[in-house]
Amino acid sequence: MSFDEMGEPAAARAAYAEIAAWLRHTAPERLLAKRAEAELLFRRVGITFAVYGEGGDPERLIPFDIIPRILARAEWERLSAGLEQRVRALNAFLADCYGPRRILREGLVPEALVLANAQYRPEMEGFRPPGGVYTHIAGIDLVRTGPDEFWVLEDNCRTPSGVSYMLENREAMLRLFPGLCSRHRIAPVNTYPEDLLATLKAAAPERAGPDPTVCILTPGSFNSAYYEHCFLADEMGVEVVEGQDLFVEDQKVFMRTTAGPKRVDVIYRRIDDDYLDPRAFRPDSMLGVPGLMAAYKAGNVALANAPGCGIADDKAIYPYVPDMIRFYLSEEPRLANVPTFLCEREADRSHVLANLDKLVVKLAAGSGGYGMLIGPHATKAEREDFAMRIKARPADYIAQPTLALSTVPTLCGEGIAPRHVDLRPFVLSTAETVRIAPGGLTRVALREGSLVVNSSQGGGTKDTWVLEGDPLPLSQVQWQGAVPC
Amino acid sequence: MLSRTADCLFWLGRYTERAANVARGLSVAWRMAGLSASLGAAVDEWRSLLVATGVEPAFLTRHGLPRQETAVDFLVRDPDNPSGIIPCFGAARQNARTVRTALTVDMWSGLNDSWARLRNLPDSDFQGEALPGFLDWVRERVLLFNGAATDTMLRGEAWLFVQLGTALERADNTARLLDVKHNLLSGHGGTVDHAQWQAVLQSVSALRAYHWVYRDRLDAARIAELLILRPELPRSLVACMGRVAELLERIAQGQGGRRGECHRLAGELHARLLYGRVSDILEDGLHEFLTETIGRTADLGREIEAFYIRA
Repeated sequence: MSFDEMGEPAAARAAYAEIAAWLRHTAPERLLAKRAEAELLFRRVGITFAVYGEGGDPERLIPFDIIPRILARAEWERLSAGLEQRVRALNAFLADCYGPRRILREGLVPEALVLANAQYRPEMEGFRPPGGVYTHIAGIDLVRTGPDEFWVLEDNCRTPSGVSYMLENREAMLRLFPGLCSRHRIAPVNTYPEDLLATLKAAAPERAGPDPTVCILTPGSFNSAYYEHCFLADEMGVEVVEGQDLFVEDQKVFMRTTAGPKRVDVIYRRIDDDYLDPRAFRPDSMLGVPGLMAAYKAGNVALANAPGCGIADDKAIYPYVPDMIRFYLSEEPRLANVPTFLCEREADRSHVLANLDKLVVKLAAGSGGYGMLIGPHATKAEREDFAMRIKARPADYIAQPTLALSTVPTLCGEGIAPRHVDLRPFVLSTAETVRIAPGGLTRVALREGSLVVNSSQGGGTKDTWVLEGDPLPLSQVQWQGAVPC
Repeated sequence: MLSRTADCLFWLGRYTERAANVARGLSVAWRMAGLSASLGAAVDEWRSLLVATGVEPAFLTRHGLPRQETAVDFLVRDPDNPSGIIPCFGAARQNARTVRTALTVDMWSGLNDSWARLRNLPDSDFQGEALPGFLDWVRERVLLFNGAATDTMLRGEAWLFVQLGTALERADNTARLLDVKHNLLSGHGGTVDHAQWQAVLQSVSALRAYHWVYRDRLDAARIAELLILRPELPRSLVACMGRVAELLERIAQGQGGRRGECHRLAGELHARLLYGRVSDILEDGLHEFLTETIGRTADLGREIEAFYIRA
């Protein structure tokens, strides 16, 4: 039985008290009408997400659920302290792996997992990015199984996406439900673009001065997250560029503008390492900028995130993150890892193969919910198929117990019903500070019983509220209008 | 501004304008086709329109002799005709999507809403009797887009490049429409000619304007003068080219006076129109004049790209 974050409607948990009352008093037709209004809003803004391999509408909307997901202040404070700690350790790990490799020499993390990892970038060896920060923007996926049980499901240290939904979802809620929002003291998230810009500027090479030129490097308008790239550029007032808009001369990076070349100091790149620079990485890449890595290593331009961060968010490295926290910070981890079996280890593998019907199996290098097996929901044939694949390439797979993910009330076809959720907070790091927008992106598995929240697999999103205090009951709010909503 | 952004904005201006121009042309062709029986003459309007939009060869290979249904389909829907209304909107929207941040929300949602209807438009929405209503709607959508741009866009380079695309496309369109009918404008005005003259003026929304400017019967030389040399008509060649030259000058001023061949060429083309006489143009040959204008307008487009986009 999954933990429901609201609880029984009659005895809702404190943070949800007002939401429970609102749901009781609002006619279902009205909620449906509001949902239709929300969809129109998102469609007009043009916020879409392409889904690979499904065909159909290339500009599909990610479904937005109008019932918010709520975290009490105390819950969030515990989470954010844990997130900050975790990302500090991940950055320290990256600096160590591309530097002195202490953690490898002491045998805490197997050397092969790092050095033989496809995401390891030898080009980064001995190079220290400005401020020593590697993952400036990290997205840490959390799940919950009980009132006090939060787990880190995975780390995203490369180019995590979804923050535009966090921001647009809040905008939509404020517009659709001003009354409901005002009865809650919701911690604002709209400083994120400013915080992001400050983070990027802090990453600039020193010679760029106090007002460095920042741009966002996108793979282009056919990328699934293109909307987000433009949205963030717009919110920060910086250019969104494609590889063809940049060129390197004399190890300096320039944008092609109508007024001639313009020097670039910081690139928030939203393309993968492999495609960043055809001279350094994949030679067939049309998306990148020839010579970019050389300019980067000459200290003439900053890249956020740094190349090579993939060794920190690899699913096979994940089990070692708690040890990293102890090793680099001499602290106990504040956020727990989900117990993880590495199929590469013989003992783990036989356990996994014997318990496929109870476990979730993932590709160590996969993301976006592609190529995973949810044992309890899989058919016998699917399990047998995975067993063969695990035996053939054990190092490619990890397995975790199926967690009873928490649920939040969600407006579904048949009315309001509990649906499983996760949470992706976004963590911004500079050499001096770590900033986290309160909450993050809540993803919800819209299909009944489904545990897969990925937008590429039919998941939706919800606005996430971190409350500064308990909600104000309707009776305490002065009402001018007739219909509270 | 990024060169690629300027490129997209320029083509955004061109494609939206082109869609409206094709819609205007189709409206007139539809009307002429309706009149041809009463005029007692075979009026080859569909063919004229295919020639004017520069797609006749592609059409003939595909469909042979133009009939209303095939011509309309080719000019509205056919994805293989990049100058068709729906493909123009598709290209405009793709350009807009690529440079979302340079547009205002009003421009984007106007274009996006248009596309939402056009992307899955059933034939029954634009064939047969539905055509005039559909064409009105297209023109309204482009007017809305232009209005949104005028009302909401910051007067920076982005604005100037959208306007530049619109003005250059409009100049090209007026020259092409006139050129298709150049024989008529050299003739002497029977009933069929009169109806054709009306059609030419309507296709650039200038029939009323003619009457206001000349307060007299339609006359071939005046029609040519109005559409080529009268600065008060917003679609005349001189007005469009003046606008192009002005926009290029404003972009240059915004960049501390940086100028190139495109600035010189635009000034030359504008001056030739500004100080030209219709009698000279007709004497030297209207067709020759228009062919040259179309060619040099295309040169100007290439020079603009060479200077601002591909430098």
